[in-house]
Amino acid sequence: MNFEVIADIFINNWDAFLRGAGVTLLIAIVGTIIGSIIGLIIGVIRTIPTPDSRVKRIFLRIVNWILSFYIEVFRGTPMMVQAMVIFYGLDLAFGIDIDNMTAAYLIVSVNTGAYMAEIVRGGILSIDKGQFEAAHAIGMNHFQTMMNVILPQTIRNILPATGNEFVINIKDTSVLNVISVSELFFASNTIAGANFMFFETFFITSIIYLILTFTVTRILRLLERKLDGPDNFNLVGNQMQVDIPKFKE
Amino acid sequence: MDTLAQPADTQTETIIDIQHLSKFFGEREVLKDINFSVNKGEVVSIIGSSGSGKSTLLRCINLLEKPSGGKIIFEGTNILEDMKDVNQHRTKMGMVFQSFNLFNNLDVLGNCIVGQMKVLKRSKEEATVKALKYLKLVGMDQFIHAKPKQLSGGQKQRVAIARALSMDPDVMLFDEPTSALDPEMVGDVLDVMKNLADSGLTMIIVTHEMDFARDVSDRVVFMDQGVIAEEGPPEQIFNNPKQERTKAFLRRTLK
Ligand SMILES: Nc1ncnc2c1ncn2[C@@H]1O[C@H](COP(=O)(O)OP(=O)(O)OP(=O)(O)O)[C@@H](O)[C@H]1O
Ligand SMILES: [Mg+2]
Repeated sequence: MNFEVIADIFINNWDAFLRGAGVTLLIAIVGTIIGSIIGLIIGVIRTIPTPDSRVKRIFLRIVNWILSFYIEVFRGTPMMVQAMVIFYGLDLAFGIDIDNMTAAYLIVSVNTGAYMAEIVRGGILSIDKGQFEAAHAIGMNHFQTMMNVILPQTIRNILPATGNEFVINIKDTSVLNVISVSELFFASNTIAGANFMFFETFFITSIIYLILTFTVTRILRLLERKLDGPDNFNLVGNQMQVDIPKFKE
Repeated sequence: MDTLAQPADTQTETIIDIQHLSKFFGEREVLKDINFSVNKGEVVSIIGSSGSGKSTLLRCINLLEKPSGGKIIFEGTNILEDMKDVNQHRTKMGMVFQSFNLFNNLDVLGNCIVGQMKVLKRSKEEATVKALKYLKLVGMDQFIHAKPKQLSGGQKQRVAIARALSMDPDVMLFDEPTSALDPEMVGDVLDVMKNLADSGLTMIIVTHEMDFARDVSDRVVFMDQGVIAEEGPPEQIFNNPKQERTKAFLRRTLK
């Protein structure tokens, strides 16, 4: 393996590599965040207890059916195919001509949302039933229970799985080269297409992917620890020290 | 203690009136034609063997279980008729569970103010003052910054009681509050409950602690196989039960 050649390629194309890596990271971040939000919303909807009123019950069943359909479709087809269908399909069917980056954000978000929906649902169901009951017993509705009690715990619990989705997204954005999104794989292909040194070029590419995924994993690990909070608490000695927060309006 | 609840009126005023209540789980009728009422300021204990329907009855009262038939008249309204106001009714009934069920994402103070702020729309300041008052009452005011996982069972249950009291309920429901506790913690929780009972708070307590039931209750209800088999003042139930099955149950439990 000729390291000088590799170094040369990097020196001559570092800006293209970095731009590609930047695009990859951007799509992965946006896709993971929006996908997680989609997943949280769907998770909350899919855990609504069966309502008493008939109309609401039927409405909820239809909504749940549509959501299941969405999840099955996007988990059951490759993202590369979804990219082709959405990018060219929107144009063909509705005359909507979206640019490649918008399409990329859309595809990765919607795809991640389908996976996150199931992860969130599992996360919600893993919280013990007693906490739901205690929240209902003090008069909270489903939405208040979710926002104040269940989701904060769910989010902490699904953080590792979310990190996993993030890492997968960093790698899987490479399939977006089929709709000419200039992410890292597309950029590398362009470089290699000009210098014909495929191995050396993609060797650099793989190192960059590794750095991205490794860094992301570490940062998420730190975040997890931060969310867990301190192991200890301080006893509040006497009434004078009780820190009734200073309420400034 | 005088601020805890309105002193019991001299003339009796019904707060909960249950009529012909029934509950099916599938084909099984777990509660059969329950008729029973509780007066303001009264402390009622429900005893009975495992599976007799005590928890189900308590959970029907605050609609954690949906009754299959009958009426529950709470402060004058049949709460089974306007299910829209379920959450409204629940704020007026505090519930304490066997398994504490504290919110694990919140510290002790957070557990006691979240409902006040989100449901009763109290300001954070008002909610905190109220929470501290009840945490002090249960002896947990030093622990406001502790997370539930850092507390012992007895401490958790006392926080759970403070959380329920912070909503200013008109009646407190307890479902075997000491059954999940180590023996040495049971006393602390029972002491707190005794104080509440003495303060005039209306309480319905499902319990296996017979001495406690005898000590604090104005009335004891004995349930057997989904029906109220016998009810009366503690002296009658414990010293002079009329029903054969009450006698049999007490023989088994008191040894
Ligand atoms: N969700 C449920 N689905 C089906 N059956 C149930 C359900 N909850 C309770 N039961 C049944 O209803 C009956 C009464 O249960 P309940 O929990 O009210 O008894 P209990 O008197 O509280 O008993 P314990 O002293 O053991 O707590 C039992 O036979 C139980 O198996
Ligand atoms: Mg029970």
